[in-house]
Order: sequence, then C-alpha cells, then structure tokens
Amino acid sequence: MSTPETSSHTISVLVDNEPGILARVVGLFSGRGYNIESLTVAETDARENLSRITIVTAGTPMVIEQIKAQLDRLVPVHKVRDLTVEGPHIERELALVKVKGTGDKRVEALRLADVFRAKVIDAKTDSFVFEVTGTSDKVRTFVGLMEGLGLVELGRTGIVAMSRGGDAL
Amino acid sequence: MKPEESATTGADLLVKALIDEEVEVVFGYPGGAVLPIYDSLFKQNRLRHILVRHEQAAVHAAEGYARSTGKVGVVLVTSGPGATNAVTGLTDALMDSIPIVCLTGQVPTHLIGNDAFQEADTTGITRPCTKHNYLVKAVGDLARTVHEAFYVARSGRPGPVVIDLPKDVLMNKHDYVAPKKPVQHKSYRPQVKPEARKVEEAIELIAGAKRPIFYAGGGIVNAGPKASKLLTQFVHMTGYPITNTLMGLGTFPASDKQFLGMLGMHGTYEANLAMYHCDVMINIGARFDDRITGKLAEFSPKSKKIHVDIDPSSINKNVRIDLPIVGDAGHVLEEMIRVWKARQPKVDHKALKAWWAEIDKWRARNCLAYKQDKETIKPQYALERLYHHIKDRDHYITTEVGQHQMWAAQFLKFEQPNRWMTSGGLGTMGYGFPAAMGVQIAHPDALVIDVAGEASIMMNIQELSTVAQYRLPVKIFILNNQYMGMVRQWQELLHGGRYSESYMESLPDFVKLAEAFGAVGLRCQDPAKLDDTIKQMIDIKQPVVVDVLVDKTENCFPMIPSGAAHYDMLLGPDDRAAKPVSEEGMVLV
Repeated sequence: MSTPETSSHTISVLVDNEPGILARVVGLFSGRGYNIESLTVAETDARENLSRITIVTAGTPMVIEQIKAQLDRLVPVHKVRDLTVEGPHIERELALVKVKGTGDKRVEALRLADVFRAKVIDAKTDSFVFEVTGTSDKVRTFVGLMEGLGLVELGRTGIVAMSRGGDAL
Repeated sequence: MKPEESATTGADLLVKALIDEEVEVVFGYPGGAVLPIYDSLFKQNRLRHILVRHEQAAVHAAEGYARSTGKVGVVLVTSGPGATNAVTGLTDALMDSIPIVCLTGQVPTHLIGNDAFQEADTTGITRPCTKHNYLVKAVGDLARTVHEAFYVARSGRPGPVVIDLPKDVLMNKHDYVAPKKPVQHKSYRPQVKPEARKVEEAIELIAGAKRPIFYAGGGIVNAGPKASKLLTQFVHMTGYPITNTLMGLGTFPASDKQFLGMLGMHGTYEANLAMYHCDVMINIGARFDDRITGKLAEFSPKSKKIHVDIDPSSINKNVRIDLPIVGDAGHVLEEMIRVWKARQPKVDHKALKAWWAEIDKWRARNCLAYKQDKETIKPQYALERLYHHIKDRDHYITTEVGQHQMWAAQFLKFEQPNRWMTSGGLGTMGYGFPAAMGVQIAHPDALVIDVAGEASIMMNIQELSTVAQYRLPVKIFILNNQYMGMVRQWQELLHGGRYSESYMESLPDFVKLAEAFGAVGLRCQDPAKLDDTIKQMIDIKQPVVVDVLVDKTENCFPMIPSGAAHYDMLLGPDDRAAKPVSEEGMVLV
C-alpha cells in the first residue's frame, strides 16, 4: 500500500464558550496523536456564548476526515468546517516583533517594516515593537528578516481564517 | 436569588430529576462529598440504591444493568478516590458504547483547586473517558444538567456521562426544573435517520453481490431489540451469510443456519474466510476493531464495503468504506427492508449457491473441535455442558476477560440480544461479576451466570459481599486453569514458553472463599461429575461460586496471530509451528 500524502488543513470550529472546551479539543488531538500546527481561540458571539477555534493540522486525507468527525462528535461543538477543502478562504496571522539595535540596523528594520506594512506600536531609542499582519508566510518572512537585525522577542497569534464570499460558518 | 417557598436542596432536586428520568436503581458507594445525596435517598422509596464494595464494580454493575435492559445505568460515587476508582468502568462503558450516568461528589465550589481532602480534578480526569461530562457550579443548573446528561448518555452512540457535584451545590436550594420533551440540544444532534439515496445505493450493491456477508455488531444491540428482529428479517430475505462481532452476539440467532459464528482473532474459520473472500460486506453497527480486521492491508481486499454506523467518526477510521450510511441501525434496517421489498431485486442465486458451497467447505473444517478425555475437564467441554443445561431457561451470561471469555463467545449460543454482557473494547478483567450483579438486579428471576477465569474473578471478588447482602443468586462459573490463560497462551506462542508471572500462585480455596462471604461454593474436577455440578449450581437459589478445575494448558483456537491476515489462522496446536508470528505482529497487542 502506498502511503497517502500528508497535507495541511485549516479547520474552523464553532463551540459553546464553556469551561473545559479547549481542553476537550486539545485533549482530542493529543489523545489520538493528531498534531496541531496552529491554534487560536476566542469568544466571537457573547450573546449566544460562542467561541471560534481555528486549528491548522496536518494529516493524510483519512486522518483529516477522522479529525473532523471526532471534533464534530464533541457535545459542545456546533459546527466544524474544513476551510482548505470547502472553497477559497483567507488566512491571517498577527505577530508582535521586538527588535533591538541602533544605527544602520535600526534604520533597515524600520525600512523593511514599511515594506511589509508592519506598524510600529512601541519605540524606544534602541528598540521597536512591530505589529505585522498577514499570511503565515508573510509573517515568517518578516521575522526571518528581523533575525539579522536584532530580533529579541516574538509573539504570534496563530492563524485565524474565514471563507471568501458571503456564506457564514 | 432568593429561593421560593417550594425550593428544595440540590440533593433532593437530584433525586427528583433521577426519578423523572425513570431511574429505578442506583449503584453506588457513599462518602463525605455525597452525604447530602445519601440523606435524600434515605428519605424516599422510589429509587433503590445498591451498595457495592468498590466503585469500579458500581460502574460495571450499571453497565450490566444497562446492557441487559436498554436503560441508562446510574452510578453514584463520592469525590476523589470514589471518582478515580470509577474511571476504569467509565472507560469500559465508553469503549463499548454503554449508556451510563455517573454522579460524582466534589468538594465545595470554594475549595475546588485547593488540594482539599478527597479532591480530584474529576472532570479533567474523566474528559477522555466519557462521552461528555459536567461540573455543576450552581444549584440552579442542576436539574437541567441531569436531564441533559441522560439525553446525551442514551442518544446517538450511547456512552458514559459524568456529572460532578460540589457539596455546596447539593445543599443549596432552588426550584425544580422538569425535563423538556422532546429534547432539543443546541449543538448535539445525532443523525438517526439515514439518507434515503444511500439506502437505495446500498440495496443495489447488496442485491448485486455474488459473495456477500453481513457483519453485525454491538450497534444493533444499542438500537434496541427491534433492530435485531429487523436484522434477522433482512438477512433471511437475502439468504446471505452473517457473522457477529463479540459485542454483537445475540443480534442474530446463533442456531440459524445462515449464522457463521463470531469473527475476528478467535472467530470461526468460516466467518473469517468469508470476510476475506467476500465481494460485498454489509457492516451494520460494528467498527472494524483491530481484533476483527487483523492485518489491515490484507483485510477483505476484494470487497465493496457498506458501513452503517450512528457515529460518523467510526466510518473510514481504519478501513476505507465504499458506501457509508450514518444512522441508527434500526432505522437503516427498516429502510433497507422497505426498499428491498419495493424493488424485489433479482439475486444471483447461482453465485450465492456457489458461495454457500465454499462456506460449507470451510465449515466442514470444524474449527472449534477439541478432544475431551476422561481425566481432565476441557474448558470448551465445561461450557458446552453449561449451555446444554441453561439453554431452555431464561438466562443471561456475563464474562470476565481472557481465554474463558473467548470460549464463552464460541461455545455458548445467543439467540437474543441483551443476553450477553462482556467487556469487548477495553478488555477489563473484573468486569463480569459486578456486571452480573447489575443484570440480576434488573432480572431478579433470571439465571445470571458470570463465566470467569480464576485470575479475573479476583479483581472484583469483594462483590461477593454485595450479592450476599442483596441475596442476588448470581452464579460464578470459574474455568480454573491456574494461569492467566490468555497471557500464558501468548507467552507460549510468542515468547518461547517463558511463563513470566502468569502462573497464579497462592490461589484461594474458592469454595471456602464463597462460604466466608455467605455464598455456596462447589468444586468439580472430574468430567463425569460436571453435569451434576452444573445442575446443582442452577438449582441452588443463592449466589454460587463453582470452581471448575480445567486443563491447565489448553489454548484458545482458532486464532489469528497478531499482525496476520484472516486467511492466516491457527486452527489448533499442530498448526502453529508452521506459522511463526512476524516481528511486526510481536509489537501488536
């Protein structure tokens, strides 16, 4: 039997915002040996008490199908959508990037930040904190460039994603 | 919020909610955190409480009760060790899809997280071993949560649900909330009715089969006794062969000539070969467990597979399915029968005749054969004789786990569902005796027998005290080979006969043990006296422990060694030298 290809999938999960829900989802992944490449979670509907979890995971088609079915089986889960297979979608990630340095490096960092449309949200005479938003690829590229220019600290949100067009989750 | 005049304590609300959920029996063990509940139980006489001697046994008893009645089994244990002791039972119920509601005590809400006395993170611990769990933080949520828990436990693919109850919640007051019918859960809505188009496709595939086989599992039991009747009806309509999983035994009458016996690791030669060679497989309510499939790469390679399951996550988990149907087995079968009748499909009778001829050839191998001599009792013989004496009585069988369990599955015949309680998925030694107690509580006049091994029975032997207290005439039929038989068998087959720690040293005298607990003990070593012993056991209207001393080295055949394919069965002791277990197989359990 040939081993089927592993691919990365972005999955949106709408859940009741209740204690333990994140532990349920994460426990499902660890307990069944699935991997999580990125995970973001926050309340998205205070009135209905709903949270949205965005998970990026990788696996063979059979494993991805399992992951979705297993997620859907959890009692507080309302909806599971595989954005990767259900048509075009957009993904964004936000990173805070702290760069320390003076002189040419500092100028270069600022210039590159401009190119990447990163915002300066904190500045001292010897440091900047940039806020950069975009695809994970863009964030990674920007961070890579900053490594040579005095990167000292990095925080990433993980991916949030949504389908294109008018259809809602 | 100021409670109304009519407001009652959380503990009283709980009892009221249980009664509204038609609970009759609770299996439990008291402790500090649940004292308010025990006080409420004391003040009423609608709910019967059965005091077990260990919380694990409470869950297994509730499982036996649930599996033999189709109702939800209810467990009540205290916080901390009460809850942790219940974990094995909960996991067992999860693996075998048994509906259980387990009420656990908890320290008062203001102490949670404080490492208080008898505190454990019960919802944290039980999250992976329950279908769902709840921590009730306010008395106002209590009744609603109980009703929801029962709905979740019994609907869809059934399973265990834990409700963790802090002591202050049990003592605070609130008004009662009655259950809403029909239940509409905001996110949990299992799909019960199948897609009509899928059923029609299935019928087309089934009707066109040349070498078909039905493969039916525990899902049929969970779908209710009607589902078994529908299965039997449909299988008869088609004239096709059928095999059952361990959990599915009884969903199709074992005496029927279309029945090929159990399949899987210790299943029959004919069932496994039919699975291997079939061209259409109709799986209803089974989950392609590794004990069934053997080597996945060589599992039924030539067949189109239809899989009916209420749990979409069971489909395409291990085995690629050609036609998945999500729905309740009973509903699906009803639809299948309706469509079949409407279409009157033309089955290929010639092909079917050839297929049966092939199956009959495999059957003729008589794979369950054994040689009984005059000296020692063969375990298979003991079970054949047991079956002979119970078959015309209203009887229920439970088992522990190991060789005796497989022999029971092979040699006892199940004609109806809900009569066979065994730990299939988790393989929990110590399951059978407490499960038998639960069955006996539900069916006080029936003959309830736990087929046991001498090792397994020791794992919940303390329950002899419970059966004595409630005068439950449970029979424990021990096939005593003085080994953990299945461990010994694997050591013989896979580890060069090095019997590491599998010999049961210092076994108790089971007859005296039974007597010490107020039960009756019998012993039999002589094949000629076996029938008399069994008759005696049945006639005594008290708990009886029968110590049947059987052949110590008998192995359980047929056997598909781990990692092997269905066609690679060991049929008996002489077969094994020719087929050494692969290195890949050695790693598997």
